Amino acid sequence: MEPLLSIRGLKKRYGAHTALDGIDLDLPQAEVFGLLGPNGAGKTSLIRIINRILEADEGHILFQGRPIEAADVRRIGYMPEERGLYQKMEVGEQAVYFARLKGMTEAAAKTALKEWFERFSIESWWKKKVEELSKGMAQKVQFIATVVHRPELIILDEPFSGFDPVNADLVKEEILRLSREGATILFSTHRMESVESLCSRIALIDRSKLVIQGPVGEVRKRYREHVYRLEWSAAAGGPEPHWPEGIEVLERAEIDPRHHRVRLRLPEGLSNSDVLRPVLEVGEPLFFEEVLPSIHEIFVRTVAGQIQPL
Amino acid sequence: MSHIGSIVGREYSTRVRKRSFLILTIVGPILMAAVGILPIYLASLPEPARQVIVLDKPGLLKGQRGNADVELRYLGPPEKFELEEAKKLFLQTEEYALLYIPTGSDSDPDFIAQRVQIYGREDVSLNVKSYLEEQIREAIESEKLRAQGVDPALIAQTKTQVTIHSFNLAEDGKQEQSSVELKMGVSFLSAILMYIFIFLFGAQVMTGVLEEKGSRVVEVLISSVRPFELMMGKILGIGAVGLTQFAIWIVLTAVLYIGFTTLFLGDRLEALRTAQEAGQVLESGGLQNLVDMVESLNLPLLLGGFVFFFLAGYLLYSALFAAVGSAVDNPGDTQQFMMPITIPIVAAFAVSTQVIEHPDGALAFWFSMIPLTSPIVMMTRLVFGVPAWELILSMVLLILGFLGTTWMAGRIYRSGILMYGKKASWADLWKWIRN
Repeated sequence: MEPLLSIRGLKKRYGAHTALDGIDLDLPQAEVFGLLGPNGAGKTSLIRIINRILEADEGHILFQGRPIEAADVRRIGYMPEERGLYQKMEVGEQAVYFARLKGMTEAAAKTALKEWFERFSIESWWKKKVEELSKGMAQKVQFIATVVHRPELIILDEPFSGFDPVNADLVKEEILRLSREGATILFSTHRMESVESLCSRIALIDRSKLVIQGPVGEVRKRYREHVYRLEWSAAAGGPEPHWPEGIEVLERAEIDPRHHRVRLRLPEGLSNSDVLRPVLEVGEPLFFEEVLPSIHEIFVRTVAGQIQPL
Repeated sequence: MSHIGSIVGREYSTRVRKRSFLILTIVGPILMAAVGILPIYLASLPEPARQVIVLDKPGLLKGQRGNADVELRYLGPPEKFELEEAKKLFLQTEEYALLYIPTGSDSDPDFIAQRVQIYGREDVSLNVKSYLEEQIREAIESEKLRAQGVDPALIAQTKTQVTIHSFNLAEDGKQEQSSVELKMGVSFLSAILMYIFIFLFGAQVMTGVLEEKGSRVVEVLISSVRPFELMMGKILGIGAVGLTQFAIWIVLTAVLYIGFTTLFLGDRLEALRTAQEAGQVLESGGLQNLVDMVESLNLPLLLGGFVFFFLAGYLLYSALFAAVGSAVDNPGDTQQFMMPITIPIVAAFAVSTQVIEHPDGALAFWFSMIPLTSPIVMMTRLVFGVPAWELILSMVLLILGFLGTTWMAGRIYRSGILMYGKKASWADLWKWIRN
């Protein structure tokens, strides 16, 4: 299927500083795409260019296969990192205003908003002024205002920053639901906690360059270090398995006298059987799994320059 | 530009529905009228006459009793009292003041005139003092005339009051009663009103931009609309609020004026009109004069001029205000950029006080051409009559002026609104304009 958004050769400079240096990126339809990177890496610049807030110096963006144009911003819902609401305005009126700026009619906006307010059980807030809401409440309104016009592309810049855990979970669920219903979601963060549970694909930007891109599982496999976790049971006080040459024992633990655990790194050319054989000699294997690096680890190590991007 | 309507609508409706708008709109003119009328009203309130004890040694005042404000009571016979006694007596009474007119050794009136004294427990009011000075002057002058063998009554008869009625003569020979005093008043009022309006609503634009930036609404907005639309929507919306306010004031004033004149002057005005139509010249009172003068003003030109110069001047300045609002993070930082905006407005206002005296002078001409000052200065001149070509030139220049500032402000604005945490410098602004 054609990607919803294709970014090719995007460059952006601010004076002497290069914010984006030749970014190529594809956002497949209906996926949750995590845009990762440390602060200042260029995520917000990229997002602002997609939203046509900034202009790129070079490169182009295709929306459903054709160059993105002004009218397309109506098909995008954007929740910026720097976000807020008019404090003195009523919640309902304000949400209608935002929806109208996205091209909805007043009637359609009201109907859609009432639905969302019901879903979040906040119908009673309609006539309240924003300044009367707590921060968490305002965040819900903000999220609704971002998605009420049923955008095909939803861009969330650091969506969970400032959200309390309860609202963060609520929004997470809604993001997944919108994605199941066909929306493509691009969300940027420099915090990794939510990435693996939410994203199907990621891209990592570091120092204005795209360094990693791909489906989450694939990226983790790409950075595999051949580390395995192995647990077995054996008679108390029995002998240690005799590991073959080249295996590195990273961790050895005794959960109880009959239950043992190791973390091992396998050298090239060694098979799983080579690992299991010594265990079978001393006891019974209970658990054997390859430990793939988490996105968090990949992120930290890439940004710190420990591993070369592939 | 499809969103500008929604933006204007929001800016307008959120402001017009505010209680402060209603209060300012209704109370504003009442307050302004009160400031003008209250002192006059208070001054006209009757006050009990002040009692002044007079020790009139030479009998200069001939026992006259004073007027409604000052009541004179004489110590007599005067030759039996000395000043020190009179002072003691005065302190025992509740009277307001003690006036002492001494005699000279040779009854020289000028000698007396220089030695009159007044005593009071507190400062004696200026009104009382000048009234007494006037009475004594008249008395002394009469004495002098009599000494020269002239009857003061004869002099009184020859006194004449002159009033010059001024008219403006048009090319076609039509004449209109003119009223420089009223025109100066209207001119000054126009200048003040324009000054207040531009500042008031221009500053609202700046506050609005700051609010959007401060509350972080702005990035949400510019993902839907272009920054220029957002800025213009705000400017136009707030401008519409200003016009609404102005329209309400005009209607209120007209209603009050018509109500007042028909209620209090209706019959007399009618009589005056009939008399004028019959070619008679009637001695008319002050209020009727005022009504005549008001009707001699070219109100459509003045109102039309005000609307145009307010709109254009407001557009010019509010764009600058918007640019300043976009370039800073909080209201405290606006100072450095406000100066160049404030100076021309204040200068225009200062110049307009001179322009009232010389509405056709070189100062008036140039300042009513420069777009930054023309809204205020041209409004000051308008009531006195301005050649059509000057008016048109001034309007065209002003339109060019606001197109220029709007273009410039738009460029500053679109960069400024996304800048957080960094205080912009003049160099930054210049960079944003060129970019």
